Amino acid sequence: MTLIMAVVVGALFAGGLYMMLRRNLVKILIGLLLLGHAVNLFVFTLGRLVRGRPPLIPEGELILAPPHADPVPQALILTAIVISFGVTAFAIVLLRQAYLSLGTEDLDNLRTTDITIEDPIVFEDTERQP
Amino acid sequence: MIHLPVLPILLSLAGVISTLLSWHRLSVQKALAVLISGLLLAANIGLLVVVLRDGIQTYQIGNWIAPFGITLVIDVFSAIMLVLAGLIGLMVMIYSLAAIDEKRAAFGFYPLTLVLLMGVCGSFSTGDIFNLFVWFEVMLMASFVLMALGGERRQIEGSVKYIILNLLASALLLSSTAIAYGLTGTLNMADLAIQLQSVQPSGIITTLALLFLIAFGIKSAIFPLFFWLPASYHTPPVAVTALFSGLLTKVGVYAVVRVFTLLFTQEIWFLHPLLLWIAGLTMVTGVLGAAVQYDFRRLLSFHIISQIGYLIMGLGLYSLTSMAAMLYFMVHVVMAKSALFMVSGLVNSTEGTYNLKKLGGLYRARPGLAILFLLPALSLAGLPPLSGFFGKLVLVQGGLEKSQYGIITVSLAVSLLTLFSMTKIWIEVFWKPAPHNGKPQRATKGSWVFLSPVLVLASLTVLFGLFAGPVYHVAEQAAIQLLSPHLYIQAVLTQP
Repeated sequence: MTLIMAVVVGALFAGGLYMMLRRNLVKILIGLLLLGHAVNLFVFTLGRLVRGRPPLIPEGELILAPPHADPVPQALILTAIVISFGVTAFAIVLLRQAYLSLGTEDLDNLRTTDITIEDPIVFEDTERQP
Repeated sequence: MIHLPVLPILLSLAGVISTLLSWHRLSVQKALAVLISGLLLAANIGLLVVVLRDGIQTYQIGNWIAPFGITLVIDVFSAIMLVLAGLIGLMVMIYSLAAIDEKRAAFGFYPLTLVLLMGVCGSFSTGDIFNLFVWFEVMLMASFVLMALGGERRQIEGSVKYIILNLLASALLLSSTAIAYGLTGTLNMADLAIQLQSVQPSGIITTLALLFLIAFGIKSAIFPLFFWLPASYHTPPVAVTALFSGLLTKVGVYAVVRVFTLLFTQEIWFLHPLLLWIAGLTMVTGVLGAAVQYDFRRLLSFHIISQIGYLIMGLGLYSLTSMAAMLYFMVHVVMAKSALFMVSGLVNSTEGTYNLKKLGGLYRARPGLAILFLLPALSLAGLPPLSGFFGKLVLVQGGLEKSQYGIITVSLAVSLLTLFSMTKIWIEVFWKPAPHNGKPQRATKGSWVFLSPVLVLASLTVLFGLFAGPVYHVAEQAAIQLLSPHLYIQAVLTQP
């Protein structure tokens, strides 16, 4: 089972990174999602996979005998999922906004903030001047 | 007070809630934001005093005993960083009263800044590696929104780059945390430090250490991983940039220092040379990147990277002198950098541009502002008797002790180039005659609110230079604790 999980995690990482290296905004978003899944499964796998052994102390005994499923990684994943939910929601809105205001989905056109030479767009200032 | 270590987090949380409750009353929001950040600074200074007097403070959240629950640990290093966070928080809040437009303020600038401060304070206080990740995310989430708030074209562009690379770093950080847990079965940093000593084979520890270095390295903008910073930091309003430049990258550096002084102290033969190489390359690329810039804020953004190199150099030398120097330098650079960004905002507020070529003649028009620029600028370049000089002096001393002549040469050369950059700004903005096509200068409304944070930070750089002894003494206390991790471990794992 661990071997299958390792392959799945590896494939998800590879897929996520491949998608993040693409130039299209939506593909980058998909890449981020895949990467998030990869990391979550990775955390789960590293907590050791144990089937049918909940971490409960049987009646009449005082200590929990290994092997048992580790609840900590699952709690960590739960936290990570909630965080990535929020971040992804924000990223989707931002990328949509980027598409609407820049009129392009090609990352190669997103270079105006990196230009060093004088350029009216770069130095145009719209902040409030009190 | 037994609950003191949790106070910074609680105070900023109270600030977030109260400003959110007064969403429609901006004046109330502003008053609350300044009040709460003032209280935060006071509490953090109190915490520093307590830590200096009584040693490392720990706080078990929910009264769960050490390796099982989340522990907050405040040693002198954390306390210094917390004071800096409080100071920059308060200064930026005051500055924002004048510099942030009503529209941005109405869409939650003040609550978001407080969320950011909460994330920063949480990262500095926590003693749990997963909790550190969570605080990083709190901080990042607030910074994402602050960077995009306002929705200007260049802001959106900068945010896309900033967010994608930071999310990648978060994924790496979570993976490294998972590996650490998988190897040891604990998340408490003190317990982790003990357990990692006995992990076999030791090769996997090296891998883990480097994964942490890459994850935190992206966040602290070290050499090959800094490209998101100059692409994004000059896009939001300057109050946001001043806040980010003062705190965000420094949280990354804090995490690097914490991890490499507490968790990975066993011999990794190439680690410290590697850190020194990274430090040198970070300094050089940052300062050379700055040399070709003609946008006030982009130039300063490259200097953030260059200064990070000095901090990493202190860690790479790994001696008492160099660590103390690094902490002193951290205090200096946070104040000087934020002050410089605020000056760039002040210049922009009357001249309407950040383009150095279009500026000029400000020395004649606003001599006071010129002095306020000159103090942090010369301090950054490392001229005596300002704070930057002593930071660099002791760093070089630390290097001499370890006979690392290469990095000393690089750091001194970079100092010279920093001076060149600062002189360039000085000549272009203040010294040369005003270009003829320039608009007539306007009077500034609320200029005292605008000026006072810069005034405070600039005078602090002078004071910290004049009274370098006492400040260095505190930094040395922190360095002693950092170099003897057993103190930290003892404080966390021994029950009172």
